[in-house]
Amino acid sequence: MDDLKAKYLDQIANAADEAVLEDIRLAAVGKKGEVALKMRELGKMTPEERQAAGPALNALKDEINSALSAKKSGLADAALDERLRNEWLDVTLPARERPMGTIHPISQVQEEVTAIFAEMGFAVAEGPRIDTDWYNFDALNIPGHHPARAEMDTFYMHRAEGDDRPPHVLRTHTSPVQIRSMEKTGAPTRIICPGGVYRADYDQTHTPMFHQVEGLAIDKDISMANLKWVLEEFVKSYFEVDNVDIRFRASHFPFTEPSAEVDIRCSWEGGTLKVGEGDDWLEILGSGMVHPKVLQAGGIDPNEWQGFAFGMGIDRIAMLKYGIPDLRAFFDSDLRWLRHYGFASLDMPTLRGGLSK
Amino acid sequence: MKFTLSWLKDHLETEAPIDDILYALTDLGLEVEGVEDRGAKLADFTIGKIMSAEKHPDADRLRVCQVDTDEGMKQIICGAPNAREGITVVVAKPGVYVPGLDITIGVGKIRGIESFGMMASESEMELSDEHDGIIELDNGEVGQSFVDWLAANDPAKVDPVIEIAITPNRPDALGVRGIARDLAARGLGKLKPAQEVHFDGTFSCPVSVSIDDDTLDQCPVFFGRVIRGVKNGPSPEWLQDRLRAIGLRPISFLVDVTNFFTFDQNRPLHVFDADKIAGNALRIHKAKGGETITALDDKEYKMVEGMTVISDDNGVESIGGIMGGAASGCTEETVNVFVEAAYFDPVRTAYTGRALKINSDARYRFERGIDPAFTPQGVELATQMIMEHAGGEASDVVIAGAIPNVERAYKLDAARIQSLVGMEIPESTQRQTLTALGFKLEGDMAHVPSWRPDVQGEADLVEEVARIASLTKLQGRPLSRLTDGVPKPVMTPIQRRLVAARRTAAALGYNECVSYSFIDQASAKLFGGGTDVTMLENPISADMSHMRPALLPALLQAAARNQARGFADMALFEVGTVFDGGEPGEEHLQVSGLLIGRTGPKDVHGASRDVDVFDAKADAEAVLAAIGAPAKVQINRGAPEWWHPGRHGMICLGPKKVMGVFGEVHPRILAAMNVKGPAMAFTIYPEQIPLPRKSGASRGAMDISDLQAVERDFAFVVDSGVDALALVNAAAGADKALIDGVRVFDEFIGGSLGEGKKSLAITVRLQPRDGNLKDKDIEALSAKVIEKVTKATGGVLRG
Repeated sequence: MDDLKAKYLDQIANAADEAVLEDIRLAAVGKKGEVALKMRELGKMTPEERQAAGPALNALKDEINSALSAKKSGLADAALDERLRNEWLDVTLPARERPMGTIHPISQVQEEVTAIFAEMGFAVAEGPRIDTDWYNFDALNIPGHHPARAEMDTFYMHRAEGDDRPPHVLRTHTSPVQIRSMEKTGAPTRIICPGGVYRADYDQTHTPMFHQVEGLAIDKDISMANLKWVLEEFVKSYFEVDNVDIRFRASHFPFTEPSAEVDIRCSWEGGTLKVGEGDDWLEILGSGMVHPKVLQAGGIDPNEWQGFAFGMGIDRIAMLKYGIPDLRAFFDSDLRWLRHYGFASLDMPTLRGGLSK
Repeated sequence: MKFTLSWLKDHLETEAPIDDILYALTDLGLEVEGVEDRGAKLADFTIGKIMSAEKHPDADRLRVCQVDTDEGMKQIICGAPNAREGITVVVAKPGVYVPGLDITIGVGKIRGIESFGMMASESEMELSDEHDGIIELDNGEVGQSFVDWLAANDPAKVDPVIEIAITPNRPDALGVRGIARDLAARGLGKLKPAQEVHFDGTFSCPVSVSIDDDTLDQCPVFFGRVIRGVKNGPSPEWLQDRLRAIGLRPISFLVDVTNFFTFDQNRPLHVFDADKIAGNALRIHKAKGGETITALDDKEYKMVEGMTVISDDNGVESIGGIMGGAASGCTEETVNVFVEAAYFDPVRTAYTGRALKINSDARYRFERGIDPAFTPQGVELATQMIMEHAGGEASDVVIAGAIPNVERAYKLDAARIQSLVGMEIPESTQRQTLTALGFKLEGDMAHVPSWRPDVQGEADLVEEVARIASLTKLQGRPLSRLTDGVPKPVMTPIQRRLVAARRTAAALGYNECVSYSFIDQASAKLFGGGTDVTMLENPISADMSHMRPALLPALLQAAARNQARGFADMALFEVGTVFDGGEPGEEHLQVSGLLIGRTGPKDVHGASRDVDVFDAKADAEAVLAAIGAPAKVQINRGAPEWWHPGRHGMICLGPKKVMGVFGEVHPRILAAMNVKGPAMAFTIYPEQIPLPRKSGASRGAMDISDLQAVERDFAFVVDSGVDALALVNAAAGADKALIDGVRVFDEFIGGSLGEGKKSLAITVRLQPRDGNLKDKDIEALSAKVIEKVTKATGGVLRG
């Protein structure tokens, strides 16, 4: 029996491929193999002999089987290794192109602004781009002869002959949304109104369409000090700095009283803006306490309610934050510009994760 | 508004450093736009003394001077007639830039003799037009800086010119005195007392003045007087200096006087040559329309009915509040001058000025509102200045109309002011501020000074108190939210859709564009717009004449521009408002994508291919899914004519509920817009997608079976016009419980099928629920699928 074992284990060890191995298996442990034939002889043995030979034969069979399976997987491994040795790729070849889209800076910044003000409790209101001159001017305490009307370079809609109503305008600011929103929801309120506005002006710093965000907060006891806090918090959050000096400069807007223009402390070094340091001041927005006449126009009793409003340019703060030099390029849809200044689809600005990368 | 520091000091007694004044101006709302240091350009000029002057051997009019300078004796050749021994002069040495000549002095030879510099005249240093000779100083040390000498001896020549921006509500600050008043109220000095002057006439005014009754609201009051026997000519130097410093050209003394008071007191005046007033009578009336006048700017203007004009027997001589006429204006020869101080209505002045497109200093002031109560003093102050410098004799003052009464008072509510501003400002301080600004306080009523037309209510008192107190000092105070706790979401469903649409399109590889809301008429017309209702009355250019009817035209224009830059493959999209009409609200939102060229650059994998309609369809479906559109839709044809008639589909919820369109853009449109096609596109209407009936965030139970699903394939031959979707829907209807899905996996046209036929192959996936499917179950179902498809489409099972 030891001969048998030595013979087959030797054959298995020397088998060159799986076919040889199968022949060995049949010859050794197949139905008609040598081990099977030996097992058939067990019946002729005495019980004593059988007790010794039976387990020995079984052990021999197990041993040959496991040697076969070990050799088999060894051969398979070797074959795989051999195949992989031939499967070589130039992995420096370029991958399949995946299209990469971008989000326009105006959309991105609008989302940033919305995220910040939402945190402070401001909802988002909207209104029409074409509006009546009442909503755009009169309701905001800008009567027909007011110099501000002329200064705003208003676009007017064509009026059909015989239609004697004053022409509608392309809204010159987002402020008419204040009025519409007051009419709709009354006081108290906290809203921002982002969107496109229009003025007939075109040069490096002016385009006939640009974007603003308007803010409005009305309550029983809102003061300019609250306005200053809101804007300080906004500027810190938006520009992602820990501290910022903001300066309220007395100014005039027909729809607020008192009014203030707001500057932030900054430095310009080598054409790069740094907010919160340096000796320059940069004007970023206009603001003030809502004029009683404007509250009235919105159907809110100015003896009972008071509040603040502010407005700033989305394109402008986008240019400042992201170092975009020319406003006109925002609207030119140049692929090179869109790819350079655009944002990835998943760069969603959040306060928990940060506004910018 | 420009003024010099010394001009300010005419009205303000102050020792405050210039930086403090500048800071205060900006902080008060009189924003400093610039400060011109006029001394800077003269910094290198020094004082010298001519020690000897001898005739140039080769030139009669030149002198060879030896000049003592800070660098010792210099030889300078000079052509000025007054160059002579002993006078103190201003020297520009080699290397010094001379602004009036725009040259830098070098060492030169003049007719063979070397010259080491130049002695300057006033005009060469841009101090005046004086160029007859070099400057002779009464005093001054050799080597002293000339700027220092000027600052000590003639500060008005070099003191800083301050330019401030004036908001429309502050006409009073269009006069230097008003600016001084603000600074005094801030505590930067003391406002000097106003000059009260009065001249009794020595004869009755030879010119009479009348205002038509129907014109009194446009010109309520007119004061005037003749000063006879004056001698007009150049203004005195100080006056010329003042005007030149703020950028005005001195004209003649009489005219300069009017300009001076315009800027000094915000009191525009006009001077007529009294001898040119035909009929010795002026009448203020409304223009009939059509009258013409050549104004002082030498341009002819045609009057429109209702404009305020001043006429004599010859016709219109002056446009009230805007500009006088050339014919009756003063010249160097004028000896009898008629001085006018009137009050013109701001609104009328604004309309007239706008209509005539005249931007004059007078219009600028009248339309913002001057001080009506100051009208008589305007005449008197002008009289004083004229008689002082030009002599003459004043007549009585003629007055037409009456000074309008602008008296009004508002309640000073000190507590409310503190509540609005959010700053502690004691009532005493508030009252002090208002008093300093000219308000008269009676109890808690504040009477508004006549020079502040902008103050029209209590809110304006708040502004005055706040800006004088300084908003810079305001300390921020947290704003409470309307609700406590974690902030609620603030975006509307549509706003969320737009964000989702935008982010999805970008994820699909599109670059977001933001284009103008207006577009040229031709492009608008191609997309169903460009009619009068969406036309702008005053477009900035013909390219932007109409409100856009769709997003695609601007995207196509952008594509053409990018193609011209060498980009053949692109995916552009925009999310925005488009306009259906010209009334507020006649607008809707769109999301449009445009695909042109190949899916990517050619590559080693052979993955790049031309974009096609099904790319646009996939992207449209992805965007729709992202914004919550129902998955079960109809695809209809019949979209507007800018789509390829056979290669587009409308994604609908019913025949009239169109959620979006995808397809190929019509080649004719591409040709018209110079786009190299073909171009695929989609447009989605986010507002058309129904709002979800949301009753919570729960997804509902998952319904799956543990039994094995089975797939069976079928191929049908149908007419080529049959929609695949119709076939799919028919197959799916064979057993709604058992069939889990039907997918088209092959379309074959031509070959043995013959003309007008196509083969569509589908996979039907069966999901048993009650027990495993037996062969006969599957056979029964197959028969039903075939029957349904045949019934719905006429298709037969392909053998």
